[in-house]
Amino acid sequence: MRRTCLNMVYELAKTDERIFFVGSDIGFGTLDEFKADFPGRFFVEGVSEANVIGLAAGLALEGKIVYTNTIATFITRRCFEQVALDLCLHNVNVRLIGNGGGLVYAPLGPTHQAIEDIAIFRALPRMAIVAPADAEEMKRLMPLTVDYPGPIYIRLAKGGDPVVTDPGMSFRIGKAFVMRRGKDALIVTTGMMLKAALDAADKLAQDGLKAAVLHMPTVKPLDTSVLLDLAEKAPIIVTVEEHSIIGGLGSAVAEAVAEANFDSVKRFKRIGIPDVFPNKYGSQAGLLTHFGIDTETIVSVIRQLNKRPSGQLATERN
Amino acid sequence: MKVETKLEGPELTEFLQEKALTIRRDIIKMTGIAGSGHPGGSLSATDIVAAIYWYALRHDPNQPKWKERDRFILSKGHAAPVLYAALAETGYINRDVLWTLRQFGSALQGHPDMRKVAGVEISTGSLGQGLAIACGIALAGRLDKLDYKVYTVIGDGESQEGEIWEAAMLAAHYKLDNLIAITDYNDLQIDGRVSDIKDVCPVDDKWRAFGWHVICIDGHDMDQIVAALDEARQLKGKPVMIEAKTIKGKGVSFMEDMVEWHGVAPNQEQMIAALKELGVDDWTSW
Repeated sequence: MRRTCLNMVYELAKTDERIFFVGSDIGFGTLDEFKADFPGRFFVEGVSEANVIGLAAGLALEGKIVYTNTIATFITRRCFEQVALDLCLHNVNVRLIGNGGGLVYAPLGPTHQAIEDIAIFRALPRMAIVAPADAEEMKRLMPLTVDYPGPIYIRLAKGGDPVVTDPGMSFRIGKAFVMRRGKDALIVTTGMMLKAALDAADKLAQDGLKAAVLHMPTVKPLDTSVLLDLAEKAPIIVTVEEHSIIGGLGSAVAEAVAEANFDSVKRFKRIGIPDVFPNKYGSQAGLLTHFGIDTETIVSVIRQLNKRPSGQLATERN
Repeated sequence: MKVETKLEGPELTEFLQEKALTIRRDIIKMTGIAGSGHPGGSLSATDIVAAIYWYALRHDPNQPKWKERDRFILSKGHAAPVLYAALAETGYINRDVLWTLRQFGSALQGHPDMRKVAGVEISTGSLGQGLAIACGIALAGRLDKLDYKVYTVIGDGESQEGEIWEAAMLAAHYKLDNLIAITDYNDLQIDGRVSDIKDVCPVDDKWRAFGWHVICIDGHDMDQIVAALDEARQLKGKPVMIEAKTIKGKGVSFMEDMVEWHGVAPNQEQMIAALKELGVDDWTSW
């Protein structure tokens, strides 16, 4: 997905002179073609994220469309104020491409795991947050990032994830996609967790439980019209994300659903990383299973919610 | 059209000193009426800002977004009154607006807001951010083959920010000789003397070591300011730092070199006394 994303930046730069790339410690050999073909629009800025954001803002204020790329934690935590002021306050066309959204960098530990990146950026006015499910969806997203007004955060998953979206699908920043319809439950997901959600819906169907799956690649601005349309009819709503349960998709959905004031009672559960720093390393898949962010957990949560009329679920595993 | 001065020598000096005096009077009245603000650091930067706007800057108040304009960025955004006074005196904004400083609904907030005030290039206020953005604007100018200069005034206290030194490295790396930074070195920050709190001295050696061309001047000597700006504009191959030794509160005896006047506005009595020192006998007529 990262390769697709960065290659798209290069492809788009071929026909649009406004497109610049500013990387920070992106790795040897990344975007060599871009550098060779458009050296005047290609910069690698070393280890200085705050300065990279300021530089990108300055370029964007002069009419450039600036794509920046580094590890997601460094682009969200380290330079938060620069993102807030230089980018969001000034409403400039800078695209932040964050490597390793979620637990991708599992073996590198909590310094590199972007578990609250969405929460951080959701709080910023004007920031759009997009987490495509796969490389195909990334291909549909990238051309739309050129003329989108204001800053965008593009959350990258691990490379080589299975393609689960249909290449014929449309894409729009701010639009949610109904991947499955079903009256018994609603699974809302973003990014690469779409696969687990779809698999869970398939498994639940074997029990006769029909679960709808809503894929929200754009977490902000949230497509509340589609979300609430499905949520109104669903007795059970479960959110699934590779992110802290605080402040991410689950929070966004909970806020929207709570304020919709439906007459019918909803049973609701956020599936995500609990409020802890991961203290086990290993692989991304291993950590996702450890935290119960997987097909099996989605299935069991929905089954339990379907049985229990009310009350809290104890499914979090630290 | 663009603003240009044809004056030279003593006439130029006198002209710029008059502009600086006007700015000082406006700073006092503005903050006095507002009842809050940062007069100290505005007054220390006044002579520099006057020389930039009326001598160095290629600009046109009727076309604030003119592509070939020189850009001025007040990185030490809390000195907004000095910028607002310059923008009013050059004609970007209406003078009457000055007296609405910090009021609800006023375009003139406590820190400059580019969305609301013509001539404000970027919204500053959080220290350390201006120089990095100035680097981006300077780099864009070079790539667009526009020969504009980017001027930015930073504070000495602001130089304690790490982002300043990240930007310092970047500007030298790209040899941004269209970037001219000025340190308003008044040696006072909110908590006291910069040299007592976290000494930034030697400022000149630091910037030199980072690869900048450094010019050290008295930031209230108009001839020295003009000469430094001339040298900076001519220099090729390096960004320029003008280290300007200044006095916080310069021009008002009871404010000079007093940390108390960093972020406190004069009350009416003090405002009247300050304006008297600046040659205004009846403040209502200014």
